Amino acid sequence: MLTAIGVMVLLAGVIGVALGWSAVRLKVEGNPLAEKIDAILPQTQCGQCGFPGCKPYAEAIARGEADINQCPPGGEDGVKQLAELLGVEPKPLDGEHGVPKPKSVAFIDEQTCIGCTLCIQACPVDAIVGAAKQMHTIIASECTGCELCLPPCPVDCIAMIEIREDLPHWKWRYPQIQLKRVA
Amino acid sequence: MARELFRFKGGVHPPDHKAESNARPIHAAPIPRQLVIPVRQHIGNPAKPVVDVGDTVRTGQLIAAADGTISAAVHASSSGTVVAVEPRVLPHASGLPDLCIVIDTDGRDEWVERTPLDYRAMPAADLRMKLRDMGLAGLGGAVFPSAVKLDAGPAQICPLLILNGGECEPWITCDDVLMRHHADDIMRGAAIMRHLLGSTEVLVGIEDNKPEALAAMREAAARLEFAVEVVAVPSVYPGGGAKQMIETLTGRQVPSGKLSTDIGIQVFNVGTAHALARAVLHGEPMIERLVTVTGHVLRPQNFRVRIGTPMQTLIDLAGDREGATGVLMGGPMMGLVMPNSHVPVVKATNCILVQSRELFPAPPAALPCIRCTRCADVCPAELQPQELFRFAKAGDFGRAQEYHLFDCIECGCCTYVCPSHIPLVAYYRYGKSEIWAREREKRAADLARERHEFRQFRLEREKVEKAAKLAAKAAAARAQAAQDQARRVAPATDAPATATPDAAAGGTGEADAKKAIIAAALARAQAKKAQSAPKNTGQLSPEQQRAIDEIEARRAKIRELARKPLESETENP
Repeated sequence: MLTAIGVMVLLAGVIGVALGWSAVRLKVEGNPLAEKIDAILPQTQCGQCGFPGCKPYAEAIARGEADINQCPPGGEDGVKQLAELLGVEPKPLDGEHGVPKPKSVAFIDEQTCIGCTLCIQACPVDAIVGAAKQMHTIIASECTGCELCLPPCPVDCIAMIEIREDLPHWKWRYPQIQLKRVA
Repeated sequence: MARELFRFKGGVHPPDHKAESNARPIHAAPIPRQLVIPVRQHIGNPAKPVVDVGDTVRTGQLIAAADGTISAAVHASSSGTVVAVEPRVLPHASGLPDLCIVIDTDGRDEWVERTPLDYRAMPAADLRMKLRDMGLAGLGGAVFPSAVKLDAGPAQICPLLILNGGECEPWITCDDVLMRHHADDIMRGAAIMRHLLGSTEVLVGIEDNKPEALAAMREAAARLEFAVEVVAVPSVYPGGGAKQMIETLTGRQVPSGKLSTDIGIQVFNVGTAHALARAVLHGEPMIERLVTVTGHVLRPQNFRVRIGTPMQTLIDLAGDREGATGVLMGGPMMGLVMPNSHVPVVKATNCILVQSRELFPAPPAALPCIRCTRCADVCPAELQPQELFRFAKAGDFGRAQEYHLFDCIECGCCTYVCPSHIPLVAYYRYGKSEIWAREREKRAADLARERHEFRQFRLEREKVEKAAKLAAKAAAARAQAAQDQARRVAPATDAPATATPDAAAGGTGEADAKKAIIAAALARAQAKKAQSAPKNTGQLSPEQQRAIDEIEARRAKIRELARKPLESETENP
């Protein structure tokens, strides 16, 4: 009887120490679920979801404080992926947070730009080059098309230009039966 | 001595239709009035235009320079004037326009000076750069820049060089007639390749349905000072695929995701060898190629065509017929449907196949897959096409990649045998380009995430730096004030006070310093006020003061009158 209790106590002690040690040493930094959600989000950093960036939104979803249908740039496809990851039913995008738009990049009209640097401060990915009273320009390859530079511009010199399909980015279409063309 | 040949798995035997076009001699197509030369004719970076509208160019002149290592230059196919540098519709399945250089030819075809290269005396790297600037790209169909393929890599040696004269695709005969008529030039090209790659063995693989080509090549090989073995390989589609040719000749398979050079083998199309010989020994850049024009035309034949010639010109030369339903670039198995028949011939154009309803009846509507696995039986890449189809159709691209979708060479054998007439290759192409697009998007997202995180970090850092700077400034101001206070106090107090400066500085120092700062600020404010007060109202003489008082009294009276309503108004309503 005593031996059995002794063994159990010893066992509990050993396991307790092992668990305690691993809890300290093998601690996972950050929230792994938030990281996974963040990987699905399009990283536009546009804030349309109501959070200041994709990561805060991912963290909010992970905490259960935000819904999965608040990201228009991610589109229905993104919602589906999030639903799959979180094991919930996919739902249509929440219109309150905006509607999906075709991918575009910002373009500064260099004739109108007065060099106020307001757009530079607004850009979440530092994709605008310029200095005070110097003409600004956008690094198109790094622009996420978030449109955050549009409201602060005092002279409305920034326009969003839709990215047209070109040869290197052309995709084969999903095969389908060609319907007979009428007229 | 017969060489032991190996049989790759799968393959099909479609009717070859070679006899239509391979009997006629090579006909040099006349130079058209206008050439449309795309800058993107090869795999890799498009060439960068170096001419402007209005420039006169001569035949063989560089008009777009290679951009980076994996690229090839583009040259004027004939002399004339550049009339446009603008996007034009390309011979591509997308039908999208891309940058082209348009030349109005003058008909004189005046060449630039052609300087042959002494390739044996040149360092290999220089020679490769020269070839890149001569616009050399593989003529077998993939148009990969040849200069890159002629680099044997760190090993500096590629033991086996294979010249591919398989030409397994039905209808196409441009390599066949090239071998019949220009075997010597092909062999000279092989000698240059052998020199660059350090190969010890050279094989030429030709399908046995081309006996004339085999004979001509054997004859040419006998005249060489090094050994070249011309091997007749069985005619099986796609036996002319590079990986299939390697397996047939050597019995070795190129591992998935690897290059043939990793197993010491390099494969070139015979047309590329011919172009290489013309470039090195005659100084001619790649401005023309052989093109088979066949199918629904009156006289199917092979043309020597300047790059940039509209396809319709060639179709007219071969005899346009009523009832054409479309144009394919390439053969019926792998060819691409052209957006229209006026797109230009490019380096990749080996065949212009005019379709008609009789020759190429529209495929019946696709039926559901019955999982008969006939496609798997014929797949030369040893894949499971029925599974790939299932995953690509469902958009399960991860699984498709697990099933080695990217090993698919899009040969079309599976589509050819499918009893349900499913356009299988179309699904694989869709799957592949979808995967590429997603990868591109992911890269862009990763870049945006990285930049956003760095920006957050930068803003945080700037905030901390600013706070530290302000704190330092405040501390300096305090220290300065304390010092001033100490200096002011020091002369007033006696020796004992100066003997205990620690007590004064320590106990009341802080409060004193604060008081001093406040006092100084007040003094500054007072001084400022004194400065900013209007100077013309101070120190008035008695007369001026009297005048002012009078005026003020008058003003007061007027105000008084204004407040009282006029008597006339009150009496007369």
